[in-house]
Amino acid sequence: GRARPSHSEPRGRDGRGGEEEEEEMEGWHPLYPGHIPTSPLQKALLAAGSAVMALYDPYRHDMVAVLGETTGCLALPNLRDKMKNHPEGYRILQERPRIRLSTLDMARLQGLPDGSLGREYVRFLEDNKVSPDTRMPPKFVDDEELAYVIQRYREVHDLMHTLLGMPTNMLGEVVVKWFEAIQTGLPMCVLGAAFGPVRLSSRKLQVLATELVPWAIRSGLNASCVLNVYYEQRWEQPVESLREELGIFPPP
Amino acid sequence: CRCRALLSRPAGAVRARRGLAAGPEMHFGFQTVTEEERREKIYQVFENVAKKYDVMNDSMTLGIHRVWKDILMHKMNPCPGTLLLDVAGGTGDIAFRFINYVRSVRQRQLQRKLKHHQNLSWQEIFDSYQKDQFNSLGDSQVVVCDINREMLKVGKQKAQHLGYSEGLSWVLGNAEELPFDDDKFDVYTIAFGIRNVTRIDLALQEAYRVLKPGGRFLCLEFSHVSNPLLSRLYDLYSFQVIPVLGEVIAGDWRSYQYLVESIRQFPPQEELKAMIGDAGFFKVDYENLNFGIVAIHSGFKL
Repeated sequence: GRARPSHSEPRGRDGRGGEEEEEEMEGWHPLYPGHIPTSPLQKALLAAGSAVMALYDPYRHDMVAVLGETTGCLALPNLRDKMKNHPEGYRILQERPRIRLSTLDMARLQGLPDGSLGREYVRFLEDNKVSPDTRMPPKFVDDEELAYVIQRYREVHDLMHTLLGMPTNMLGEVVVKWFEAIQTGLPMCVLGAAFGPVRLSSRKLQVLATELVPWAIRSGLNASCVLNVYYEQRWEQPVESLREELGIFPPP
Repeated sequence: CRCRALLSRPAGAVRARRGLAAGPEMHFGFQTVTEEERREKIYQVFENVAKKYDVMNDSMTLGIHRVWKDILMHKMNPCPGTLLLDVAGGTGDIAFRFINYVRSVRQRQLQRKLKHHQNLSWQEIFDSYQKDQFNSLGDSQVVVCDINREMLKVGKQKAQHLGYSEGLSWVLGNAEELPFDDDKFDVYTIAFGIRNVTRIDLALQEAYRVLKPGGRFLCLEFSHVSNPLLSRLYDLYSFQVIPVLGEVIAGDWRSYQYLVESIRQFPPQEELKAMIGDAGFFKVDYENLNFGIVAIHSGFKL
């Protein structure tokens, strides 16, 4: 469903009540837990503010998330439609799986053979000391299904790292962003891909420009939509085979 | 949907707005909650925003809040020896201004005294200077009282960082039930705090109680803009920009949504003036700043 202002509540102490204006929020109802309905003006301000803050303070991951939510109004429906039109993607939209420590059987994944998706994913989490639970839930997406789509994109991000074989340092993140930008078309990924390299050394920039980015772009264009993969049912599948199936070229 | 119930404001909310004993229903911004819930929610709001409180104040008001606080201090015009109670004083803005003001008044006092000592011997001048030098505040004192531990913590850190130590004390306390004796203070201030008090009538009664006879009550608070054009611009800015600033700068949309809503819920100038009069204060008056965006209310205990 979509959020729309209700026209019933009176507001303001001085009896200005009854008439609803675009700015007043108290008539808007949250569509999912954590949802904050926002007007177009607020979204624009948020997009601008979060972009500036994300560049100013790279540790503000919440700002990157907010930027993605406020600018994704074209890309997210596209992604959702891609998912709907694919049998596996459609199932994901129906079943709404979540990748969280509470839903993952870490012991089982660790026991899987080397080279399998599950084993390599756990290895990635351990090596980089990250956890799937640090992904921010969406707040500013005004459609409950699209909110799930962006949530899924965030939770699948670590799996992208695994599939592309990229670590979580700045260089690795930029490469993954390039891949995601091609795949999803999310403006936040495009901005991250474009501005991320700003903080890299020239040596790394060279490697980035000559080898990694071209490979990421080629893979991104060649691969089918990564959100259409039900990863939770493919832990045993070898990473190589999954790469081939998707169309991701082997990492340089 | 439960949200609709939370967002509606029944008739009880009108009485609740006045902060009178109106049964369990109260307002928290535009939501309806019980008294206890309101206290808890407000505590959490300030716990969350404490570290970014000053930064947010500067961003939201474009630094103008400093001018408002300076005006309050000039209106108070304290002389050395004044005992000030700053309630909901959290991060210490009023307290520090008070100390600065009193210090500079004291400086001028000492300079004038020295001028009159032209006919004394050097030894006598030196002695009197020695005596006064250690009394740069002239026995003035400010007690900062706040209900929120986090805000006090930030205030203490600021004091240390800025070098304020003399004449300053920090007390954890509730404006509705102050931990002080009767007739103690010369001036009572509450700057941008009374809006968050759950029972405003009790806070006003407590203010009356702890002030000495002749003592002054001063309240600096967001109030109501009567000019319709300005009011619309102010609303637009408040509801569109401020929560965004809260999200971008402090990572906390909801606390700042509460803030702008609570301003709308607060009694306007005349109503607050009546409430202050009801608590026993005389010569109650108010001064609008910036067309009523902010107002300073003043009253005396006689």
